[in-house]
Amino acid sequence: MDCVALCQVVQSLGVADPSLARFIGLLIAVVLVSGVPLLTVVFLILAERKIAARIQDRIGPNRVGPYGLLQTVADLLKLLGKEDITPAAADRVLYNAAPLISFASVVLIWAVIPFMYAANEPGAVVGVDLDIGVLYFVAVASLGTLAIMTAGWASNNKYALLGAFRVVALLVSYEIPLVFALLIPVMFAGSMSMVDIIEAQSHMWFIFMAPLATFLFFISSQAETGRAPFDLIEAESELVAGFNIEYSGMKFGMFFAAEFLHVFTNGILLAILYMGGYLGFLYQVFPPIGFLWLGLKGTIFYFISLWLRNTLPRLRIDQVMGFNWFFLVPVSILNVILTALILKLMQLAGWAPTDMANSSLIGMLPITIVLLAKDVIMIVMIMGRVALEGREARAAEQRLNDDLLVTAAGD
Amino acid sequence: MEVLSNWAFIGVFLILAPIFPALPILAATALRPSKPNVLKSQTYECGVETVGDTWVQFRVQYYIYGLVFLVFDVEMVLLFPWAVAYNDLDLFAFGAGFLFIFLLADALIYAWKKDVLVWK
Amino acid sequence: MNDINIFLILAWVVFTIITLGGALGVVTTRNLFRGTIWLMVSLFGVAGYYVLLEAPFLAAVQVLVYIGAIAILFTFAVMLTRSLTQLTDRYNRPIANVVGAVLLFVLLMVGVILPIWFTNEPVDPAIINAQVQDTRDLGEALVSKDGFVIPFEVVSLLLTAAMIGAIVIAREVEEDEKGKRA
Repeated sequence: MDCVALCQVVQSLGVADPSLARFIGLLIAVVLVSGVPLLTVVFLILAERKIAARIQDRIGPNRVGPYGLLQTVADLLKLLGKEDITPAAADRVLYNAAPLISFASVVLIWAVIPFMYAANEPGAVVGVDLDIGVLYFVAVASLGTLAIMTAGWASNNKYALLGAFRVVALLVSYEIPLVFALLIPVMFAGSMSMVDIIEAQSHMWFIFMAPLATFLFFISSQAETGRAPFDLIEAESELVAGFNIEYSGMKFGMFFAAEFLHVFTNGILLAILYMGGYLGFLYQVFPPIGFLWLGLKGTIFYFISLWLRNTLPRLRIDQVMGFNWFFLVPVSILNVILTALILKLMQLAGWAPTDMANSSLIGMLPITIVLLAKDVIMIVMIMGRVALEGREARAAEQRLNDDLLVTAAGD
Repeated sequence: MEVLSNWAFIGVFLILAPIFPALPILAATALRPSKPNVLKSQTYECGVETVGDTWVQFRVQYYIYGLVFLVFDVEMVLLFPWAVAYNDLDLFAFGAGFLFIFLLADALIYAWKKDVLVWK
Repeated sequence: MNDINIFLILAWVVFTIITLGGALGVVTTRNLFRGTIWLMVSLFGVAGYYVLLEAPFLAAVQVLVYIGAIAILFTFAVMLTRSLTQLTDRYNRPIANVVGAVLLFVLLMVGVILPIWFTNEPVDPAIINAQVQDTRDLGEALVSKDGFVIPFEVVSLLLTAAMIGAIVIAREVEEDEKGKRA
C-alpha cells in the first residue's frame, strides 16, 4: 500500500515501518480535522452571546480580554472548577457516556466536510470523501438522538425522562423533512459524496435551483438542534424539566458546546449542499480562499439562526409537531416528486444536463428557471392555503366571540 | 481497497471522538472540589423529595411518532439509491419512484385523517 | 498487501467482539434499558461488518434505521413499562435453555452454514473489485424493469400496511386510555 502525504511526513521524521507510519498519519489527520470544530466552538459561543446581546440592545461580554474575546476561556475555566454532583441512583456508565456520545456525534460529521479545493484525487481537502457522505451525516446525527435518550434515562429523574421523551419525539419527527430535503442535492449531483455535490454546483448553486428545499433543510436543522423557535428543549432546561437537569460542571458544558457546534455544523452543511461550499471567486487558483468562502457562507446561516433565535417566541410542542407533520412533511414529499418529474422531463427533452458538474452556466439556465418557477408556484399556493385557513380560523373565532357578546349583552 | 482505508480514518475518528470531550471532563476531576453529601445527591424534583418510582405515564403519542418515523426512515433509505442513479435513468424510473412515494404518502394521509398525528 | 490483511483481520476481530459481546450483554443484563443499549452496540458491530464487506451504504443504513429508529422505538417501549430495573425470573429454566440453544446452533450449522462453507473457491480480489457494485448501480437495479422494481413497490406496500396496522392498534390503545381516564 502506498504512503501518502502525512504518512510520508511521519516517515521522514524517522518512523520506518510503513503501516505504523500510516497509522500515525491517520491519527494526526484525525486530530487536525477535528481541531477545526473544536477551535470553532470557542469562538462560536462568544459570537452567539455578542450577537444575541446586540439584537437585545445591549453589549454582551466585553470585559474579559479585548472585546470579550477570552470570555469563553473564562467560562471554560469556571466550568472546570464546578463540583460534579452525580445523583445517587443514576446509572453511572450511561450517565457519564451520554455527554461524550452527544459531542462525538457532532464532531464525527466533520470527517466528511470538504474545506477547500485540491487538484489531486479527492478533489478537495477533506477528512475522507466517503461515497455515502450525505447518508453518513444523517446516520451520525441520529446517534445524537440516542445520546439524549441515554442522558434522560441515566439521570434517574422522571422530569429528565419526560423531557428526554419529548425531545426525542421532536428530533425524530423533524428528521423526515430533513432527509427529504437532502434528496434534492443528491438527485441533482447523482452522488452522495460531499465533494461531488460541490463539484456539481460549479456552474449553478443548488440554492437557486431549489430554494424551497434549502428552506426545508434550514428549518428542519433548526428544529433538530433545538434552536428557536423550536427551543422547547432549552426551555425545558430553564423550566427545570429538561434531560440535562442532573448534569453539572463540565458534563453540562459538553452538552452545551455540542449544541452550539451542531448549529454551526448544520450551517456549514447547508453551505456545502446548497450554496456550493468552497466555490467562489478564485477558489481554484488560490485554494485557501475557498476555506474562507465556506466559512463565510456557513456563518451567514449561523447568523440567520441566531437572528431567529433572538427574535421569535417559543412554540409549544403541539404547534411544533403540527408544523412538522401537517406542513413540512407533505411539502417536502411534494417537492421531491415535482422536482424529480421536472428534472426527468427536461433531461429527456434535452434541456437539462444529466451531468451537472461538466455542464455550463448556459446549460443550467433552463432547468434553473423552471425549477424556480415551480418553487414560486408551490410557495404561493401553500401560503395561499395557509392564509385561507388562518382567515377561516379567525372568522370562526370572531363568530364565537360575537355569540358570547350577544348572550352576555342580552342579560 | 482504498474504500477501506477511507473507513480506517472513520474508525480512528470514532475512537478519538469521544476522547476529545472526555479530556476536559477528566481535567475537571482533578480541578474541582468533591464534597458529596446526601442532600446534594438526591434526585432533583423542584426542591421536594421524590415520591414513587421513576416511571412515566404511557402516552401512545410517542410510540406513534416513532413508528411513523421508522416507516419513513426505511422509505428514505430506499429512495437514496434511486436519487443517486436518477440522472441516468428514464421516465419509468420516475414512475417507479413516484409510486413508491405515493403509497407511503397515502399511509400518511390515512394517519392524518385519523387524527393520529396530533399531539394531545 | 500483507499489512492490509493484518489490519483487516484485526478489524474483523474487533467487530466480532463488539457484535457478540453486545448480544451477550443483551441477554445477560437485568436492566431492560441497558439491554437496549447493548443491542445498539451489537447492531453497531454489524454495521462494521458491512464496512468490511465493502458495502458502506448498508452500514449507514444499519446505523440510521436500526440504531436511529428501531432501537429508539425499543427504548420507548421499554421505558414506558414499569418495573424495568429488576426483571423477575419467570422463564429461568437452565436445562431447557441450553438444550434449545445447542439444538438451534446445530440446526443452523448443518442446514445453512456447512453446505456453503467450502464451496466457494478463493477469488482474486481484483475480480471481486471489478464486480463490486456501488450505490448508483443499486439505484438502477431497484427501478429497472428487469431488475427489482416489483420488490421495490411491494416493499412500499408492506411499509404502508405496517404503518396502517400499527395506527389501528395504537388508536385502540388510545381509546382504552381515554376510557380509563374518563
